[in-house]
Amino acid sequence: MTEIGAIADPQQPEIDPGRRKFLTVATGATAAVGVVLAAIPFVESWTPSERARALGAPVEVDLSKLAVGQMITPTWRLKPIYIVRRDTAQVDELPKNDSRLKDPKSENSIQPPYAKNEMRSRRADLLVLIGICTHLGCLPKQFFDVGDPALGADWPGGFRCPCHGSRFDLAGRVMDGSPAPTNLSIPPYSFRGQDTLIIGIDETTKGTA
Amino acid sequence: MTPDANKNGYRTVARGGLWGWINQRLPVDVFWRSQLSEYYAPKNFNIWYFFGSLALLVLVLQLVTGIFLTMFYKVGAATSFDSVEFIMREVRYGWLIRYLHSAGASAFFIVVYLHMYRALLYGSYKAPRELLWLFGMIIYLALMAEAFLGYVLPWGNMSFWAATVIINLFGTIPGIGPGLVEWIRGDYGIADATLNRFFSLHVVAVPLVLLLLVALHLVALHEVGSNNPDGVEIKDKKDARGRPLDGIPFHPYYTVKDIVGVCVFLTLLAIVVFFVPTFGDLFLEKANFEPANPLSTPDPISPSWYFTPYYAILRAVPDQRIGALLMLIAVVSFFFLPWLDRSPVRSMRYRGWISRTFLALFTISFLALMYLGLQPAQEPYVTMARIFAVPYFAFFWLMPFYSRIDAVKPVPERVTFHG
Repeated sequence: MTEIGAIADPQQPEIDPGRRKFLTVATGATAAVGVVLAAIPFVESWTPSERARALGAPVEVDLSKLAVGQMITPTWRLKPIYIVRRDTAQVDELPKNDSRLKDPKSENSIQPPYAKNEMRSRRADLLVLIGICTHLGCLPKQFFDVGDPALGADWPGGFRCPCHGSRFDLAGRVMDGSPAPTNLSIPPYSFRGQDTLIIGIDETTKGTA
Repeated sequence: MTPDANKNGYRTVARGGLWGWINQRLPVDVFWRSQLSEYYAPKNFNIWYFFGSLALLVLVLQLVTGIFLTMFYKVGAATSFDSVEFIMREVRYGWLIRYLHSAGASAFFIVVYLHMYRALLYGSYKAPRELLWLFGMIIYLALMAEAFLGYVLPWGNMSFWAATVIINLFGTIPGIGPGLVEWIRGDYGIADATLNRFFSLHVVAVPLVLLLLVALHLVALHEVGSNNPDGVEIKDKKDARGRPLDGIPFHPYYTVKDIVGVCVFLTLLAIVVFFVPTFGDLFLEKANFEPANPLSTPDPISPSWYFTPYYAILRAVPDQRIGALLMLIAVVSFFFLPWLDRSPVRSMRYRGWISRTFLALFTISFLALMYLGLQPAQEPYVTMARIFAVPYFAFFWLMPFYSRIDAVKPVPERVTFHG
C-alpha cells in the first residue's frame, strides 16, 4: 500500500473516500449474501435424507395375539411404540391419579385430538404411546404392578424412566416431581378392523406420513 | 559477523551457510528466541504449572492415536461396533492404541481441570489475561464437544443413549427445539446419519478448531506473559537489559522442568492403560461393550465422569427447561470470572478468609456434584445435588460482592518462594 499523502504521484488520480467506502460496503454486503446463500445446501444436507423419509412410512401391527396386561414395542420412525392392552379395572383407576399428575387433561402434551381424553386413547383397552421420555429421550420401563416394591406402596402402575426418574401412569401421563415436562406423546394411529393397528396414519394425515 | 537488532529487538547474528539462508527467508531463529530461549517466565512456578504443557502433550497423544484408530475404524451403524472390537482383538497393538485414546480422553479432562483450577487459585484470569482465559474456556467447550462426539463413535449402547440425551437437550430450546434436534440427527431418531456426521466432526472439524484455539491461547499467553503463584507482574521490575528480574528463560529452565512432569504423567497414564484401562467403569463403561440398541436404555445411565457435575445439576431440577438452562449457566459462569472478580489482588495467597471459604466450598461442591452425577436418579442423591448446587453458583454470582469486601494482605513487590 502506498502511504496516502506522503508523496504526490502524478499518475495517481485523487482518492474519493466516499466512493471508496461505498464500494467497500457494497462488495462486503454482496459477499455476505453470497456466503449465506452458499451455506443453504450445506445446512440442508443435514436434514433427513429421502431414504430416511421413505423409511418413515406408516407401520401395521397385528393385535390379535396381544393379551390383557401385555405390552408390545414395534418401531415407527426409529421410535419405540408402546402398545398396551389394559383391562377395565386399570382404565377405571385412571381418574384417581389426577391429583398427582402434572397435566391430567393433556392440555400441554402432544397427542392427536382423539387421544386427548382421560384414558389417552381411541379405544379404552388399547394404549398407544411413543415410548420416549419427554424429558431427554430415554425409554421408560414398564412397572405395571400396583404398589411395585421398587416404587413404593402408592405406585398406581405405569412407567418409570431409568435415566432421570420420570414417572408416568398407565395412560402415559406424567406424575408430579418428574423432570419430564409433558405426558408421553401419542403418534397418529388408526385401525383396520378390530385387530390391525396402523401407526403413522389417521383421518387427518391423508397418507402423507 | 556483526550483531544487529531486527525489528523485534532480538539480537540476530547474520550468518552464512544453510542456517543463515533459511533465516533470511523464514524467521526460525527469531521465533526460537522470542518464544523460548528469550521468553521470560516467572521463576516461582510450582506444581500447578505443569498442566498447561501436559494438556499440549495429551492433545498430541490424542491426535496421533486418533489418526491410527481412523485407519482401522469403519464408520456406520452396521460396522462401527464390530470395527472397534476388531481393533481391540485383531489389530496388532490395536488394544494399546485404543486404550491410550480412551484413557487419554479422561486424562485430558483431569489435566485441563487442574489447569483451570490453577487459574482460580492464583487469579490468572484477571486483567490483562481476560482474553487468554476466554480462549482457554472456548478450548474447554470444544473439548467437551470433541469428547462427546468421540464417545458416540464405538456405537455401543451407552454411545447411543448418550447421543440421545445430549441431542435432546437442544430440544428444550423454545420454538426451534424439535426441528433443531431432527436437523442434528438427520433422521427421526439417532441413526446411521447421526453417527456419520459425528465421525466427520470428531476427526476433522473440531480438531481443526482446537488446534486454532490452542494457537490463539499460546499467542495471547506470550503477549501478556504468565501469571504466577504470587500474582505479581514480573514485567514491572526489569534489569538494565530489559529482562524481568523475576523471570527465567522458558528454554532451558521450564522445558527441562516440564519434561519431569511429562515423565510422571506418562508413568501414571501407562499404569492406567496397562492395568486399569476401564478405571472401574469411569473411563470406559460396561454398557458400552454391547452394541447400540434403540429399544433398550441401559439402567442406570450416566455420562462420562467429566460431565457429571453439570449432569447432576440438570437432574436436580424437576423442570426440564430450567434444568437445561441451569446446566448451561453452570458451564458458562466460568467465562465471566474476569469480570465477576473485583478483588484488588490476584492470588489466593493474599486474599482473605471469605474468598478462601468460597473457593473451598466451590471445590467441595464441584467434586460432590461429580460424584452425585454418577449415582442413579433417586433419593438421597437428587436432594444432595440440589444442596451442593447452591455453593457452586454462589461462588460465581456472589463474587462481585464478597471479593470486594474481603480483606487482603499486602502483595510483595517481588515473587516469593515457599519451600
